[in-house]
Amino acid sequence: MSALRDRLLARWETLLVVLLIAFLVLGTSLSPYFLSASNFSDMTSNLMEKAIMALPLALIIIAGEIDLSVESMAGLSSALLGFVFLLRWPLWIDIPLVLAVGALGGLFNGLLVTRAGLPSLVVTLGTLALYRGLASVVLGPQSVSGWPDSFTNFGFGDVPGTLIPWPFVVFAVLAVAFIFVLHTTWIGRQIFAIGKNKEAARFSGIQVAKVKTLLFVLSGTLSALAGVVLTARLSSARADNGQGFVLDVVTATLLGGVNIFGGEGTIAGVVLAVFVIGVLRNGLTLADVSPDTQSVVVGALLILSVAGPTAVRRIRSAWSSRSFVQSASHR
Amino acid sequence: MRLPKGAFALAGVAVLALSACGGGGSSSASPGTATLNIAFLPKAVNNPYFDVAATGGQEAATALSGQFKQVGPSDATGAAQIPFIQTLTQQNVSAIVVSADDPNAIAPALKQAMSKGIKVVGYDSSPATDARNVFINQADSKGIGEVQVQMVCDEIPGCAGDIAILSATSTATNQNAWIDFMKAALASNSKYSGLKLVKVAYGNDDPQVSTTEAQGLLQAYPNLKGIISPTTVGISAAAQVLEQTGKAGKVALTGLGTPNLMRKYVKDGTCKEFALWNVKDLGYLAYYTAALLVQGKIKGTAGEKFTAGRLGDYTIDTSTTVLLGPPFVFKADNIDQLNF
Repeated sequence: MSALRDRLLARWETLLVVLLIAFLVLGTSLSPYFLSASNFSDMTSNLMEKAIMALPLALIIIAGEIDLSVESMAGLSSALLGFVFLLRWPLWIDIPLVLAVGALGGLFNGLLVTRAGLPSLVVTLGTLALYRGLASVVLGPQSVSGWPDSFTNFGFGDVPGTLIPWPFVVFAVLAVAFIFVLHTTWIGRQIFAIGKNKEAARFSGIQVAKVKTLLFVLSGTLSALAGVVLTARLSSARADNGQGFVLDVVTATLLGGVNIFGGEGTIAGVVLAVFVIGVLRNGLTLADVSPDTQSVVVGALLILSVAGPTAVRRIRSAWSSRSFVQSASHR
Repeated sequence: MRLPKGAFALAGVAVLALSACGGGGSSSASPGTATLNIAFLPKAVNNPYFDVAATGGQEAATALSGQFKQVGPSDATGAAQIPFIQTLTQQNVSAIVVSADDPNAIAPALKQAMSKGIKVVGYDSSPATDARNVFINQADSKGIGEVQVQMVCDEIPGCAGDIAILSATSTATNQNAWIDFMKAALASNSKYSGLKLVKVAYGNDDPQVSTTEAQGLLQAYPNLKGIISPTTVGISAAAQVLEQTGKAGKVALTGLGTPNLMRKYVKDGTCKEFALWNVKDLGYLAYYTAALLVQGKIKGTAGEKFTAGRLGDYTIDTSTTVLLGPPFVFKADNIDQLNF
């Protein structure tokens, strides 16, 4: 059964690789400018904030919850960074401070979900509005610029001698760490166990509330980090930074094969899905397809990414019940 | 089965990296052919104001037998314009004409475009000065202020009597600058000696507040002969009030507005004329300037002079800005030509 599940998951990732190649071919045919190193470099740098947010979101969804507030936390982080920068505090104080506020924001989400017992969908929909509102209160309608070159080069520049954007390096390190923790450690096994069956997990000694709360803290912190990266890339701190990201982040996570009902998913799938969406959007933009049409495509992809695995699971459970019936009748 | 999953992701990324390396040489730039392939990047698409500017850009493109296209985000946020600038850079367009939503946020991307030989022209809202070649400024404050005094003088019989201003918020930078130039014109030009500014009211660019303030002006100053409202919301609210209170035609109304909001009132005589810069000409001049930069006929340095088709002669001023010209005055006989 477990081997079967693994095979199906592997198939989902195979499907994503096929999808990625299909979109690469599509992009190449749509525009002669698609297939170039500098285009892939640009595309990657535009994706990284969303990619960083998708990693902790994958863990939260695997654990059976959701965090919709990620983009507003990035906005609040950007606004706060701008605010303290205007106070002329040095960046080595500003950035840890902003990350700490991100952790607090995540803790707030986590406590409301685990201690107050509220549904995470509602809690984080609330903080989606709340954190964006706070961002506007902190910074108002202004945009803060004048960042040091080292900071903006980190956001917009490439690793010297290559076309690899710096934010990609951050993301790659995080992705490797997430793959390691989720798929090889007891922490990862606890997260899967919570998502599969919360009660069973609790009875086997897992501190469900604590693990979930920590996942929300992680999500808040990394969303704040995404806000810092975004501020560096734009060389501009604004309260509306990151607005509208949540569609792509959730789509990437679910398209990556993370089960919306919890208990299943891989980081590898999420990483692939981030690039699938990135390649798709980039190809469509190069072909001068309007952003409204792109949203139609991404929205359809979101529904497909939930409908696809659900269909696979239905087929799978039909198989396993049949084999169960068969083995029972043989007995 | 655990680690191979990680390998899948790495394989996927490797596919990207490989295709990136493979495609490195295929970005075929053809700098020799000086074809005009100019793209407009407004703050957001599907915005009537920018769509009108685009018709001007299209007109100039046709006149110069160049290519025109307009791309842009559906939401006006600073980050949203960046992928479009990068895409246009990849597409190797000859010039980008951009209205900056966040002048600093888009500067690095624009500089990258400029480093690849793409000309950058700002219109409507300028990017950071070092991230563009030229900025097309739609109107200078002095001209906008003075034309409104001129119009109210034209509309009040004998150009004499009490007038009031219905502005936006008391802190609005643009409106305050214009009002200062209105006051200066009233004080310095003997032509306006019969006009007396009795009050500056603030409608906060809110239809309800503007309506209340306009009613207040009529109540408090029974001898009021004219109202200047240098804001779109204010002028249409004032027009409505004049019509409802039966003062239309007795109290002159003018200011700044858009043709679609004011068409009805211009046709029924409540507001005989109002001004705004000609948005279509703004797009025309921006395209034309970009084209001349691409063709190397101008360099974008201060003091250069050039002719922009049907609009005539222009000079690039010291802040590498080109001024579109005097504000456009809308009247009953021309208002149907413009739609925004």
